[in-house]
Amino acid sequence: METAKPRTTALKVPLSTYRIVQIILAVIFAGYLIWRIYQVFFVEAVYGPDTWMRFTIAGLILGGVYSLIAIGYTLVYGILFMINFAHGEVMMIGAFGGYFTFEALRAIPASTATNPDTNFLNAHPTISVILAFLIGMSLSSTSGFFLEKIAYRPLRGAPRLVPLISAIGASIFLQNAAQLLFGAQRRDYANPDALARGIGFEIPVGEGIVVLTYTGVLTFVLSIVIMIVLYFLVQRTRLGRSMRAVAENKPVAALMGIDVDQVISRTFIISGALAGAGGVMWGIHLGLVFFFVGFIPGIKAFTAAVLGGIGNIPGAMLGGMFLGIVESIGPAILGLNFQLKDVIAFAILVLVLIFRPTGIMGEVLTEEKI
Amino acid sequence: MAFLEVHDVHTYYGNIHALKGISLTVERGEIVTLIGGNGAGKTTTLRTICGLLKPRRGKVILDGEDLADFKTHQIVYKGVAMVPEGRGVFARLTVEENLDLGAYSRNDRATYASDLERVFGLFPRLKERRKQVAGTLSGGEQQMLAIGRALMAHPRILLLDEPSMGLAPILVEGIFDTIKDINREGTTILLVEQNALMALSIASRGYVLQTGQIVLQDSAENLQANEMVQKAYLGIE
Repeated sequence: METAKPRTTALKVPLSTYRIVQIILAVIFAGYLIWRIYQVFFVEAVYGPDTWMRFTIAGLILGGVYSLIAIGYTLVYGILFMINFAHGEVMMIGAFGGYFTFEALRAIPASTATNPDTNFLNAHPTISVILAFLIGMSLSSTSGFFLEKIAYRPLRGAPRLVPLISAIGASIFLQNAAQLLFGAQRRDYANPDALARGIGFEIPVGEGIVVLTYTGVLTFVLSIVIMIVLYFLVQRTRLGRSMRAVAENKPVAALMGIDVDQVISRTFIISGALAGAGGVMWGIHLGLVFFFVGFIPGIKAFTAAVLGGIGNIPGAMLGGMFLGIVESIGPAILGLNFQLKDVIAFAILVLVLIFRPTGIMGEVLTEEKI
Repeated sequence: MAFLEVHDVHTYYGNIHALKGISLTVERGEIVTLIGGNGAGKTTTLRTICGLLKPRRGKVILDGEDLADFKTHQIVYKGVAMVPEGRGVFARLTVEENLDLGAYSRNDRATYASDLERVFGLFPRLKERRKQVAGTLSGGEQQMLAIGRALMAHPRILLLDEPSMGLAPILVEGIFDTIKDINREGTTILLVEQNALMALSIASRGYVLQTGQIVLQDSAENLQANEMVQKAYLGIE
């Protein structure tokens, strides 16, 4: 009864005025971009290879974090066809989880062979970082789980705009709750000394030296590892198969014996864990945590998810990486102030929505998903 | 007591009174068919039995147990499998993943391999295409997959919703032969069909539905001979 009957559509869609305007705009934009690239590399040549490398590395690191958060948007969208706008706040909770883990471990006295009077954080940096990630991820998972139970599940049958508004409400609620609990001040993420920000491998490139920070390496490598684990989870496990089945057709998934509500809960738990990892990385690498810290990366990751094709997991991974790099080399290429990088990210969101709303890897939206 | 008993069921879509007191029984080992035109309530009856729709009034009793308080996935664990209308294969999953999901409700992986062989025995085409994404299969192959997937659950009762829909006549015969084979192996079958001729040829009993009510019930032979059935559903003047 609900199965989508194939719609008969005209085979040839005539070029509408809208489409022509789109194409003209795209050509103008592409031309400008090529001209700028030519200018920057061959005429102005302000930046040496070391600077470009710095931009790219920064972009990849940031991209890894965006990807992790973007996957959360995409997983939830794939299953519920709603944008979980509170996802950035779930990440913020994870960032706080890591922050307080570090603070607590710093308060525990410990002694090592070289330094008899130190604390647990600096004596055992590896364990500390692992603990920070575990606690951050589990807090985010828990909040994702309750977010779905409280804010979305009661609205399961409602029109699609309703859970979206509930998501925005949940986002505002979580921000304010965090502000109430932890205060409004920006806090310094106090990493273990071995993982202090700014230090790292020094690679000579051209005339300069590029510092590949330890925090950056940790962030990038860990985000790739988590994405690989997630890919196997979705493709190879029973839970992954049931998630894909629920994403495709809920009544039929139930007819297989799959508890659809449980799968939805678990999806929120998984996407929460990814956001939590992203939050801890954000704190460790960029060093700041406060109640509003999830908002911008949340929207950026949403952009990344749309860019890759919302609902598509590899798309979210690619979209995140792409956005990270574009954001970091974009201002240089366009000759803009570097503080305008957010503008570039959101301009991309607008452009994608205008020119290719299904994203890079997105499939054509079927009727049931619209 | 009958294996499956549907007792005076009333089901609504919002305000639309779709089933107006359906009662039917299916005995163990039987093939029972529900025939009727579009919108008669055949699919609604099946969806009510497996819990996708909840009746506002009436009872569905499986093997002596009232199903009212169970959700669809729990009812599946009780031995009900349905081949939904329009097949409902997971188009983005491979044939093998689809079959694997069919066995989702079975905890014993021991019989998995032999179940898979049984399905591939019934439908050799699926074996050839096991690594293929289900969306790329032809309609007939998708129907085979949908039936095979339901069999992977080892159902005690198999609900089939319009297995002949959209298939070439030659394929329809093959599918119906397979349904008969499945029944002979001991699975009870409730078959919903618009193709009344085919359905009555393999069923032992049948019910005729019209606008949410059962208007006629009899053995398959008697229904085939019935003048009203002949006129309305068999195309015999």
